[in-house]
Amino acid sequence: MSFDDWMLALHVLSAFSWVAGTVLFSVLIVAVRRVDTPEGTIRMDPVSKVGNAAIGIGMVGTIVFGLWLAFSVGGYNIWDGWIIAALVLWVFSGAVGQRTGAAYMEGMTKAKELQTAGQTGPSAELLALNRTSRGAVLHVLSSVLVLLILIDMIWKPGA
Amino acid sequence: MNLLATVRPDSSVLPLLLHVFGAMILVGGLLTGASALAFAKGEARSLRLGYWSLLAVSLPGWILMRVGAEWIYSEEGWDEVADDPGWLGMGAFIADIGGFILLVSLILGGVGVYRLRSGKGAGLLKATLILSLVLLAAYVVAVWAMTGKPD
Repeated sequence: MSFDDWMLALHVLSAFSWVAGTVLFSVLIVAVRRVDTPEGTIRMDPVSKVGNAAIGIGMVGTIVFGLWLAFSVGGYNIWDGWIIAALVLWVFSGAVGQRTGAAYMEGMTKAKELQTAGQTGPSAELLALNRTSRGAVLHVLSSVLVLLILIDMIWKPGA
Repeated sequence: MNLLATVRPDSSVLPLLLHVFGAMILVGGLLTGASALAFAKGEARSLRLGYWSLLAVSLPGWILMRVGAEWIYSEEGWDEVADDPGWLGMGAFIADIGGFILLVSLILGGVGVYRLRSGKGAGLLKATLILSLVLLAAYVVAVWAMTGKPD
């Protein structure tokens, strides 16, 4: 395997990590819609940290190894339309993903506040925060952007 | 391998997309399932979340990945080649043995989830967790092999 082959393998593994994190949050978003207690909400915290790590590693890996490949591999150029499209989608996806995380962190923060105050029972306010429609819409948008990057990377329109 | 070979004919795009997308869903389901099971600390709701992630996400992902693999295998004419290259054989082997291990983990986990009603089953779900982690590691190797295409 050449060095570029290794870079490509790491680029694709990073993409897998990114999508795996996105899938993880899709499952958590569905699961948390039925959770109205601080304990149930807080229990999802370590799982969401795994998702954050997967997305973080995936986003950094795809951009670093992807840029390396764009400059190193003959026949590809950083100004190719499909590469520019991927970079733009990457930036948008990161921004939307950050807002999605912020929307769902409101529920986690509320759950920790309730637990600190000794309120361990069901809370309608917590349930409403866990069911944030804004967060769900942002997550769908973020997932669509990731899917578009995947299509762009495989199809390579114009390459 | 010439990386320019990854600029592929349009007819291969859809099957490859299906194959890769399915594999990503599979890995995502495994990561979710393994994480939920690992951090459940015996709590039934989290154990069920972990199991259902494997059943409702990983299994459909595996099916999509395998259908896409067969499709692209014939689309790119590998079925007309006498000997598959090593990377292809490795990927196919891990995909198939991984599918078998996934089924075993789902059966064990299914019994475990059923037994949770009587306060048992956590041990079986621990076995499901271990198998999920083994599968995650195996599929990382498969992705590396399918992408890097070592000789």
